[in-house]
Amino acid sequence: MSEVYRPVGGKLLTRQFYFLIVLSLIAAYFLGRRFIFGIGDVSNLSDGYPWGLWITYDVVTGTAIACGGYAMAVAVYVFNKGQFHPMVRAALLTSVFGYTLAGASIIVDVGRYWQLYNVFLPQHANLNSVMLEVALCVTLYTLVLWIEFSPAILEAMKANRALRMLRHILFFFIGVGILLPTMHQSSLGSLLIIAGHKVHPLWQSDIIPLLFLITAITMGYGMVVFESLYASVNLGRKLETDLLAKVAGVIPWLLITYLVLRIGDLVVTGDIAALAEPGRPQVLFALEMLLFGYAILSLLSRERRIHPTHLFWSALAVVLAGALYRFDAFLIAYNPGPGWHYFPAVGEMMITLGVISVEIMAYLFFVKKTPVLAAGH
Amino acid sequence: MKIDRRDFCKVVVAGAATALSGGVAEARPPKELPPGAVGILYDATLCIGCKACEVGCKEANDMPMDHTSCAEQAYGVSAVWDAPDDLNSRTMNKVKAYAQGTAEVKDRPHDGYSFIKRSCMHCVDPDCVSACPVSALTKDPVTGIVQYDPDACIGCRYCQLACPFNIPKFEFDKPFPKIVKCQMCAHIQAEGGIPACCDACPTGASLFGRVPDLLQEAHRRLAFKPGERQSYPIHNLDGGETRMAEVHGYHPKVYGETETGGTQYLMMAGVPLENLGMPALGSESRARLSETIQHGLYQGMMAPTLLLGGLVYAVYRNTAEDREDPPEAAAGKAQKAEEVRDE
Ligand code: SF4
Ligand code: SF4
Ligand code: SF4
Repeated sequence: MSEVYRPVGGKLLTRQFYFLIVLSLIAAYFLGRRFIFGIGDVSNLSDGYPWGLWITYDVVTGTAIACGGYAMAVAVYVFNKGQFHPMVRAALLTSVFGYTLAGASIIVDVGRYWQLYNVFLPQHANLNSVMLEVALCVTLYTLVLWIEFSPAILEAMKANRALRMLRHILFFFIGVGILLPTMHQSSLGSLLIIAGHKVHPLWQSDIIPLLFLITAITMGYGMVVFESLYASVNLGRKLETDLLAKVAGVIPWLLITYLVLRIGDLVVTGDIAALAEPGRPQVLFALEMLLFGYAILSLLSRERRIHPTHLFWSALAVVLAGALYRFDAFLIAYNPGPGWHYFPAVGEMMITLGVISVEIMAYLFFVKKTPVLAAGH
Repeated sequence: MKIDRRDFCKVVVAGAATALSGGVAEARPPKELPPGAVGILYDATLCIGCKACEVGCKEANDMPMDHTSCAEQAYGVSAVWDAPDDLNSRTMNKVKAYAQGTAEVKDRPHDGYSFIKRSCMHCVDPDCVSACPVSALTKDPVTGIVQYDPDACIGCRYCQLACPFNIPKFEFDKPFPKIVKCQMCAHIQAEGGIPACCDACPTGASLFGRVPDLLQEAHRRLAFKPGERQSYPIHNLDGGETRMAEVHGYHPKVYGETETGGTQYLMMAGVPLENLGMPALGSESRARLSETIQHGLYQGMMAPTLLLGGLVYAVYRNTAEDREDPPEAAAGKAQKAEEVRDE
């Protein structure tokens, strides 16, 4: 398991990169407005929809998409699938930026950001709050991710002494790095329990922590596959179809477990009856089922799995299905009562796009300039 | 690096068992009404919609006038009046009218109308208090008033998501925003006074008192016959002031007696409260369920600690090679990568 990683090299400032820079600058403009004139100036958030695109995408969906590092660590270190080891570092890279930027988005979304440190003060802690757990876990995990990823940076800096030291303690951080996402990815779902009737019965559930956890892991694997395919096409890397097919092979079983639990719970609680009424939530539910169903069917067969095109679309479906599930639960099927509507404002969307751009730029920078992708396969 | 899942599995199973046993562990007991709980009884059949309570509220709490109403914006007018459409970040107390059909007679479900006065319900088991990560919202252990501390608040707005009545409001239009909600004029009560809305109300529709006494008063009213003339206390249940009024007839329910585990702001009306925009809620707070599930999973951090032990051990076993210092890799030189092995 002592692969060698190498920077991909190549030009950083490509056309696409300039485009991403422009997007980030637009976001910076709206960010400026948000901090000068308040959240209402750039967003359509309201007292009925206190959480919008920023929480639902940047934090809830963004960290789930960034679960690649977590999902690969579970496979490699818990289930001892050593053959996946060469993929861990690239997965960690997306995780590092996904989480770091989710943390940064929280500063934008939270109204009284200058008091955010209260979350860390024991005299303020409310141990009954799911939000406290999420906040502490996500912060801690972001730090752990940087530690887990630091060998790549240290290698690039040729800081050999630090590297040697790190190698002896890294296992501890890897362990913590598996525990923390298990905790907060499930708690991100638990956040909704207290909202009660505002969350549509097809999504409100007492087992929502488990449902969020399972889909977060599948989204993590989905992203690893997706991103490897991307790297092979756009960065001229050799395609590791065999390995990717193996990673993708876990997904359908996880998704089947998820669907059995989710639908079983709906049947047991009787909330399945909500499907009988026609309406937007029912359509969304059906759409989710279609995406999940497509992903399961196309990833179950090995022939399709080793086919890069199929693999690409199924991985995308896995990520989209999990993302739609989160958007529905937090936003689209969330109903605070009559008279409230929400659709993200331009400023809100631009800020989110900016966050995504920064994420991609950081990915490109690190992949090209530091040893992240395993060399010579 | 041979697979040794057995040891690991033992630990994981132990951890999972602890976590799962939490699922069937006892639910967190419901919260009790604090010993000195004070509250407000709002009787829609007495309310004349004069909004004296709104004015009193704004004065007592130094709140600005509001010009966001649809009417003002549609006609482009704005003047010295205060006309919010609903509760908002400048309005902590709001009287609204609901009409049905021809809306001829007051306090009648069909072809009738009714007022409703909305503000924080001061829940016995408040979801907002359970949700707030930094204890910015707290319930007074004696009076039960749910209060807000801006110095603690981070502005995450989880309280808004949690509150079943959509009460906490947020200053989206300010760069340094706060949460705004009724605090039952705690500052006036501290000086021996009563909430400004009850002080201002001329009819006794908003009545201040201790919660058990208010409940008793509410049930006394439910026994009244429509058309009778009855004596109604005004301002303060213990203040001794009363007034005679004709009974309009009641929908047989005190809203807040059981809803979401009970509330200290109680409501009664001539029509079902659901018609007046109040949510139909069960007798258990969501806070209780949320805390039961969350604490059940974590078992006072026992489950995560066990799991962490198992994980670190498993990782330790599976990274033995990584910990050895490879002769050259440390130099960061590119080497030929090892062949990918299958298990
Ligand atoms: S009504 Fe809402 S804001 Fe008021 S105490 Fe209850 S949960 Fe909290
Ligand atoms: S907005 Fe403030 S009061 Fe509300 S939950 Fe967040 S920290 Fe607590
Ligand atoms: S002051 Fe009393 S009567 Fe007037 S609107 Fe308020 S509650 Fe109704």
